[in-house]
Amino acid sequence: MKNVKNCDETKSGPLLRVVDLTTWFPVKRGFFSKTAAYVRAVDGVSLEIHCGETLGLVGESGCGKTTLGRTILGLEKTTKGDILLDGYSMSQLTPKEMNLLRQRVQVIFQDPMSSLNPRMTVIDIITEGLVQFKKIEVSKVAHANRLLAEVGLSEDALYRFPHEFSGGQRQRIAIARAISLRPELVICDEAVSALDVSIQAQVVNLLKSLQERYHLSLLFISHDLSVVSNIADRTAVMYLGRIVEAGNTADIVRAPLHPYTKALIAAVPVPGVSRRDRVLLKGEIPSSLSPPPGCPFHPRCPEVMPVCSQQEPVAKRVDGREVACHLH
Amino acid sequence: MQTTDLNLQDEQKELLLSVRDLTVSFSVDDGTFTAADSISFDVKTGETVGLVGESGCGKSVTALSIPRLIPSPPGTIESGEIWFEGQDLMTLNSSALRDIRGRDISMIFQEPLSALSPLHRIGQQMIETILLHQDKPRKQAWEIAEGWLKKVGIPDAGDRMFAYPFQLSGGMQQRIMIAMALMLSPRLIIADEPTTALDVTTQAQIFALIRDMKQHQTSMLLITHDMGVVWEMCDRILVMYASRIVETGSREDVFFNPRHPYTIGLLQAIPKLTGLREPLKDIPGQVPSPFDYPKGCHFQARCVFAMDRCRESSPPAYDCGQGHRAACFLMEGRPA
Repeated sequence: MKNVKNCDETKSGPLLRVVDLTTWFPVKRGFFSKTAAYVRAVDGVSLEIHCGETLGLVGESGCGKTTLGRTILGLEKTTKGDILLDGYSMSQLTPKEMNLLRQRVQVIFQDPMSSLNPRMTVIDIITEGLVQFKKIEVSKVAHANRLLAEVGLSEDALYRFPHEFSGGQRQRIAIARAISLRPELVICDEAVSALDVSIQAQVVNLLKSLQERYHLSLLFISHDLSVVSNIADRTAVMYLGRIVEAGNTADIVRAPLHPYTKALIAAVPVPGVSRRDRVLLKGEIPSSLSPPPGCPFHPRCPEVMPVCSQQEPVAKRVDGREVACHLH
Repeated sequence: MQTTDLNLQDEQKELLLSVRDLTVSFSVDDGTFTAADSISFDVKTGETVGLVGESGCGKSVTALSIPRLIPSPPGTIESGEIWFEGQDLMTLNSSALRDIRGRDISMIFQEPLSALSPLHRIGQQMIETILLHQDKPRKQAWEIAEGWLKKVGIPDAGDRMFAYPFQLSGGMQQRIMIAMALMLSPRLIIADEPTTALDVTTQAQIFALIRDMKQHQTSMLLITHDMGVVWEMCDRILVMYASRIVETGSREDVFFNPRHPYTIGLLQAIPKLTGLREPLKDIPGQVPSPFDYPKGCHFQARCVFAMDRCRESSPPAYDCGQGHRAACFLMEGRPA
């Protein structure tokens, strides 16, 4: 099962290391487009992904999880901090080197209808990367058929267009494209969120089996903690551009430490469990244009203390995980 | 099909809505398809009924048919009766229907931003509903509306009355929709995926609000794809698959004793919050296209128990006891 193709297990250190990453978007105002403020989408995030591991990244809309994924892909410019793939800093790469690196990091987006070109046939979509990097050995059709078989689609899909498929099948096409270059890291940005439960389960199982076969590392970004808990080895919880808790998925789900993680878990309706008396979070996620001082969660936190509004908590190791909260 | 009462043990509760053999079809460029096929169900006074199913199964079409909001063309209500408070809505003219909509039957939609007018202030939109149905001076209507904004937990309600919808967050907009839906104390609220566009923590807030605000004698039909939401909110559940109702029963019956293979598969496919990374049990195959639903049971192609007769005829709803019914031949002859 452990087919070490991409990942050299003898190598020490994580595959991906994100160090104090910050992505701010300037907000321009006025006649001279002066920068009036910054949207602090990602605000000092550090994380690691090891070979063959799945890191789940959960958070509500606007918490910066997608921006973090896009920054790792090189689709957004980093404001500060560094991203290291296999120990190589991505900010110091030449465009040519960056191009080579793109083969090693691939992405699956939420909505395959907008991430697949409607005017291209399936064969062209899934072999585009192979053609680009001159990796076609025998024939395009042979490559495409192999890829389709791996994602559970039949060969008659080859010359059809994306609109002829259902949502689940389209996502399979997007997965075939993502694995075509044998990447080491695949970033799944809400990859199963738009799918119905029965189809969602199929796609999650497919991702898991491909991961085992190719020893892929996954960054699984989702707002749905239940899905993440079924796929991720480790989970990071994001709030307002920062990671508030990160650690083993089972630990986080069973015994969350950060009050935000607790609230997030309590908010998930679970069939068979009555939670009519649970604690509800008050208010809404503040704007990342002007995050509150101190801990970003303190205005909504049920366990808030005076220190929370004055001092920003630093991540500490508690019970084998990282928590950024003054309670710990 | 259903001559006997669905829920015998609940007979004391008054029947508010009774849909019988509702069939809705749509004509589009590619042809005609049936979106809802012989749908029958009841909603009692004060009850919350969940209509669950995956996208395209016809749950929204069924719900929109009740206040006769199916756009025609392309949609046509082919047949059926919609009994609401003793009258068949199918027989009413448009002005009688307008009186019922908003006053007796109100709706909460998935996307508040497309349900609210972008050009009118919140207050203006809210009092329009009141003035349309009640003979009240404008000032009094304004006060009622402002009072409801406070009730649904909107801070600075007085100022927010002058805000435009885009100036509020999604959660706030949905709170306004709820205020508008509840303002006139309707008998029935139809909520079509009211929290699907919202974050989980906001969703929990909205459901707590609906539970608190909904009066005892108000009924609700909640349309959703989320089984967790159904569990949390509903007394009774209707499960739809490919244009038909496949199973109905109390919340406990459907969750703990599901009888239709589709319901069983659906419940097993839900990812559980365990952190165990167990493989998910999926339902193989995919939902058939509405243009070529198979003859017989619509679920046959994905069903592990499919028999020859499933391909020939459609199973009727078999009684599994205490109002629990499943449209599957496996239930035939089973003691209820």
